[in-house]
Formats: sequence, C-alpha cells, structure tokens
Amino acid sequence: MIGVGKIKQYSNVLDKPLSKGKQEVSLSAFAFLFSELVQYNQTQVDNIAELERRLEDAGYAVGARVLELLCHREKGNRRETRLLGILSFVHSTVWKVLFGKVADSLEKGTEHEDEYMISEKELLVNRFISIPKDMGTFNCGAFVAGIVRGVLDSAGFPAVVTAHFVPVEGQQRPRTTILIKFAEEVGALSLTRYSSTQRML
Amino acid sequence: MPPAGPRSGDAIFASVERVNAELFTLTYGATVRQLLTDLEEVEEVNKQLDQMGYNIGIRLIDEFLAKSNVSRCVDFKETAEVIAKVGFKMFLGIAATVTNWDADGTCCSIILDDNPLVDFVELPDTCQGLYYCNILSGVIRGALEMCLGRDIAPYLKIVTDTQYLAFTKVSMKTEVTWLRDVLRGDDAYELQVKLLKQVPEEYPYKDDE
Repeated sequence: MIGVGKIKQYSNVLDKPLSKGKQEVSLSAFAFLFSELVQYNQTQVDNIAELERRLEDAGYAVGARVLELLCHREKGNRRETRLLGILSFVHSTVWKVLFGKVADSLEKGTEHEDEYMISEKELLVNRFISIPKDMGTFNCGAFVAGIVRGVLDSAGFPAVVTAHFVPVEGQQRPRTTILIKFAEEVGALSLTRYSSTQRML
Repeated sequence: MPPAGPRSGDAIFASVERVNAELFTLTYGATVRQLLTDLEEVEEVNKQLDQMGYNIGIRLIDEFLAKSNVSRCVDFKETAEVIAKVGFKMFLGIAATVTNWDADGTCCSIILDDNPLVDFVELPDTCQGLYYCNILSGVIRGALEMCLGRDIAPYLKIVTDTQYLAFTKVSMKTEVTWLRDVLRGDDAYELQVKLLKQVPEEYPYKDDE
C-alpha cells in the first residue's frame, strides 16, 4: 500500500529498544536548531544573566537524560559514585557521545579545592556563534554548562557550573572553559568517604 | 557553465560534518519543553515551533542550494521530490517519500521513513494537541518561500547566468500540515504540502529600456 511508513510502532516508548547511539544528523541541522533556541530565549529575557540561566536550564534537561541514557548503555546500569569518577565520566564518556570527542582538558582549580575545569578549544555549540560587542561576556556554552550540571546533579553531585571564554595566546578565538564548583556537601561527602577508607586501611 | 547534475542526498550527507543524533534529539526536546513551560497553551507551542522552523527554512535553503547543485527546480513536483530525496537526507540523514499527488500537481504528501526528532518521546495526556515535530513543517514552508523556480525562462537568452538566478527567483507559498503523526497514534509521519501560489520575485536590476 502506498504511504505506509516504515516506522515500527510501540505502544509504550519504553518497549522500544534503546538505540545504539550511532545515528547522526548534519552539524548544520544542529546549529540551526541551537541558534533558534538561543534566539527564542533572547526574546524571553531582559539581561544576559537571565539568558544564560535559561540556556543552562535547557542544557540541564539534556544532561539529566544523557546520564540516564549512558548509564544504561555504556556502563551496564552502573553510575559513578566517586567525585573523580563522575568528572572523568563527563570529560570522556559524555563528551565523546555528545560532541564526538573527549574534552580537551580536565583540570583541578588552583585556587579552590572544590573547583574543576573542563576546557574546549572550540566548543561545538560555539562553532557558528559570534557574540555582539554589546552582549559582553555572554557565552552560549551556558547550554553545555547546563548539560554538565544536569549530569552531575542527577548523579548526586550538586554543583554550580558556568561557561567562560578564556583568551588563548596566538589564537584569534578564545577557548571555552566550563567551571564546576561543587556544592559544600559534595566536598564534605568525599572527605568522609576518604577518611573512612583510610580507617579501613 | 551549466551546473553539474544534482548530487544525491547520501553523497552530500557523507561529506558534511555530522553530530550525534541524540544531542540533536535531546536539544530539540529541551526546546519543546521550554516552550510548553513558557507558553502554556499547546496551540501556541505549535505556532512557535512552526515559526522557528520557518526561520530555519529561509536560511537553510542557501546551504541546500550551495551543496546540492540543485540550482533550480522545473516545477513544484520536482521540487517536492528534491526536498524528500535530497533535503531530508542531507540535513537529517533520513529518507522520505513523496506520494499522494492530487490531479493538478499542487498538493502532495511527504512521508518520513524515520524521524530523529522523536526518539525517547511520548506525549503526555496534557499535550495531546501538540504537533511535536511542527518545526519540520515550518522548515519546508520557509525553504520553499526562498526557492528558485524557472517560471520566467523566456528571459533566459538576454541575461547572464548570475542575473538569471536572481531573475528567476520564484517564491513558492505553501501550506504544510501534518496528516499523520506516530506520536499521536498514527502509523507514519506524513506531511501534506500544498502549493498556494508562486510569486516571482521582483526584477532586482534597473531596467535599461
């Protein structure tokens, strides 16, 4: 019969087998969509901070789902429970799945114990974005910061995550650094875990 | 020099940069969720998604023409085929089929074989009126408005090739609606594209005569 689709129907979305995550769409399709997301949000806010917060919210929704998806698919229903474990999960597994590559670097903040930074020379979402002068320090990476916060928060590591442009010597375009500052209880938690392990030794 | 024949959608898709479809799917999901929170009314969300699609369509057509070597389509029928075979493949990596033509060739259906927008999606009871993929209908509508036709072909001999392109820019006003939507319980994704009218764009050069 003409016009019968090839899409298999499932009565429930959960009956559908989990995709292997190998499907791709063109980068332009994503860039067009992302640009609409940013432009729509621009119409909803009065200032840059609010715009970044809204993009972060959108990213958070993505991050929470990415964690769930990847724990099922890549980690055999296991989730990282250690601070460094979850950080390297974000830096490598999450980045690889979402952006096709491991993040350029993951570093510990030098000034504060509870700060970590993931840096990317050319963040995918910033590829086709140039910020007008009057928008100051606005960074669309706020969306990615939201993804990171979504993953961390859903895994039980609440944190404040922000995106910043950092100028690089000899490069015209700055790199983007995602700054992760863990909530106080996370620091305390890993400390207790640490001391209990020590005691066991 | 006449342009080489149109490239197949597969060949273009293989040559462009690509991203994981899940990033795309989840980002689209986040967008729809944000619209539902902001606008509350499902009908408003449908409208906004269509508008976003339209904005994308009018810009996407440039990239489409540049990469596909499709410089002009003879008529609406050919245009629809090109959208389905090349357009969908090139941007979303999926195939689509054109069918159900009406007698005078101004209305047809595009059926999607796959739909990367809807992975992980199930509509809750509160969103039953939502056309979740409404952005796609906007994209088609927008792109066709910027499409090139060949309705003023007789002028061909007196102008150069570049002028010809500008000359024959014909905007196709269409109405794009969802006939079937798997998320709403149907067995396929079917978009109806109806040609309302073709408007030749104004001659952009100063008339010497």
